[in-house]
Amino acid sequence: MTAWSQHKGKAIALTLENIDTDQLIPARFMSTPRAEGYGDFLLHDMRKTSDGAPIPDFPINRHPEASILVAGRNFGSGSSREAAVYALVDFGIRAVIAPSFGDIFAANAVNNGLLPARVTDEDAARLLARLGAGPVELSLDIETRTLSLDNQTMPFSLSAPWAEKLINGWDDIDLTEHHRPAISAYRARRAETQPWVFPAEDTAG
Amino acid sequence: MTTLLDKLWAAQEIVKSADGRSLLWVDRHLVHEGSHHAFAKLAARGARVAEPRLTFGVVDHYAPTRGPAASPAIARMIDTLEQNAAQHRVPCFGLNDPRQGIVHVVGPEQGLTLPGLLVTCGDSHTSTHGAFGALAFGIGATDVAHVLATQTIWQSKPKSMRLTVTGALGPGVGAKDIALAWIAKLGTGGAQGHAVEYAGEAVRALSMEGRMTLCNLSIEGGARFGMVAPDETTFSYIEGRPYAPKGAGFDEAVAYWRTLNSDTDAAFDRDVTIEAAEIAPIVTWGTSPEDALPVTATIPNPSQASEADADRITATIDYMGLTPGKALTEVEIDQVFIGSCTNARIEDLRAAAAVLAGRRAKVPGLVSPGSRQVKAQAEAEGLDRIFAQAGLEWVGSGCSMCVAMNGDSVAPGKRCASTTNRNFRGRQGRGARTHLMSPAMVAAAAVTGRLTDVRPMLKGRDAA
Ligand code: SF4
Repeated sequence: MTAWSQHKGKAIALTLENIDTDQLIPARFMSTPRAEGYGDFLLHDMRKTSDGAPIPDFPINRHPEASILVAGRNFGSGSSREAAVYALVDFGIRAVIAPSFGDIFAANAVNNGLLPARVTDEDAARLLARLGAGPVELSLDIETRTLSLDNQTMPFSLSAPWAEKLINGWDDIDLTEHHRPAISAYRARRAETQPWVFPAEDTAG
Repeated sequence: MTTLLDKLWAAQEIVKSADGRSLLWVDRHLVHEGSHHAFAKLAARGARVAEPRLTFGVVDHYAPTRGPAASPAIARMIDTLEQNAAQHRVPCFGLNDPRQGIVHVVGPEQGLTLPGLLVTCGDSHTSTHGAFGALAFGIGATDVAHVLATQTIWQSKPKSMRLTVTGALGPGVGAKDIALAWIAKLGTGGAQGHAVEYAGEAVRALSMEGRMTLCNLSIEGGARFGMVAPDETTFSYIEGRPYAPKGAGFDEAVAYWRTLNSDTDAAFDRDVTIEAAEIAPIVTWGTSPEDALPVTATIPNPSQASEADADRITATIDYMGLTPGKALTEVEIDQVFIGSCTNARIEDLRAAAAVLAGRRAKVPGLVSPGSRQVKAQAEAEGLDRIFAQAGLEWVGSGCSMCVAMNGDSVAPGKRCASTTNRNFRGRQGRGARTHLMSPAMVAAAAVTGRLTDVRPMLKGRDAA
């Protein structure tokens, strides 16, 4: 994934709470190979009619150039489908700003270079009000955990390990390879002291 | 002073990084058709599955429940999993395997899920396995690839929360009602960032099936995962299952499992208590699991809600096609679904059959057992005939209408009483209207064609 620490882009408001992963990408699109791109599936059933025609006044239809979304609490709750993050990323979204996120969604976001920026309920309400029908230019800085617009800054929260991953573009597998000896030692110890944790070899055939 | 979470976490921790993340050993990694992104990532790195013996494939999300796969794309998803599993020498309970079923039903059923293990799967309802006193959580595709490649996972330790359910549940009230009750009380973000340990007499009294239902729904309350400390109920469920330890190994395991509980003086970051006797059968009315009310209640009225809530309630009522202020029991349904990793185990099917025996359903519906083994057992008990005589369709095992990936779906605007876990907009199909409830409550709704309090219908019956 691409490393980044600062971004300036157009932010738009999605004044909804509990935008779950089934809304971010309906299940029927998930058999698509990633190479085909997931951007068109983003919020599909909210922004398109049942014949597939775009609903003109849906925020991301009005402003497909947006790269930052501001939304209500509990964004990305629900399923572990990373496809929800692929849909956002492939659409061109770099950050989502909300008072809270589904835990698995946030982890998936960071794994794909998408910033889940947590702000307080009050700041979220203030941002949503300021954006209105948007878009508004907004800058994000992961190092300082701040966002700024209209010459004002506002803090957001993001855990230290997640900030580091985004800034360095780290892939966990590479990181974990450094711990190979510790992993092997752990495995050997577990097999020695608690052999029953390894399943009986194929039993039923 | 330590909690169950502390004990389980410490046992899995290989190293801790300077920034506070733990590298944890994964004992069981379950994969399904949706894991194709992760296998593709592995292939892109030219990596192999690190521990094929600890990895198990299950066909469930796209499994057809009637006849062949509904489309070539769906058939391809199933083939891809079976091919990936074969290529990496991972055991796979494929479409034609008698052990096939929903991943969170199959793991426990086969004795793969045990106390004191760490179980991961690319599916949020992996929390189900916590019912055994295991650390079990869902992960996304990048992390699935990481587990495949290394058999480990990086995680920050969640905060601890204890949810105590005191006293005894009333008749006709079960684990699903406990879960919906606490989520309604605390909200979908109520347990965010926390691991929930369920405790109290009402939880101890639950069977393993009930505990799995409870832990399954932890995720709907925002929890990272759920857990129940193992006890005799757990041990007797496990004994004799195909992959469970045998003989001396089993005794050794049980001795260790007995140590897996929170110390009496353990402090939790959050402690919540609910009274079992106060829980009524619950149904959801809206599009979030927190939109849950006792079936005796009325549909919320936006004009009586706070300004902040009114818009959301109005939009929800509009999507759901409801009338504010009307009694929930007046809401007519179009169909029912009994299935999913939440409520399609044998006990769930018995509970539904106890209500349906000798009665006819007014609406059509599907009954999809959680696994082929559950199906066989239900048939041996004659439950399939009760469903068929009631007019419901007895079909094969898989995720089916829980997620509408295999072609089974609820048509736009149709209203379904469902034993599943998510009432999100479009979850059961575009424009579908889902009401979540227990299997007994779905059976009651099938009989009357409306949302219904099951309790009077259980009079004189043995509510299994
Ligand atoms: S039954 Fe539903 S919730 Fe359970 S694993 Fe399948 S899709 Fe997920």
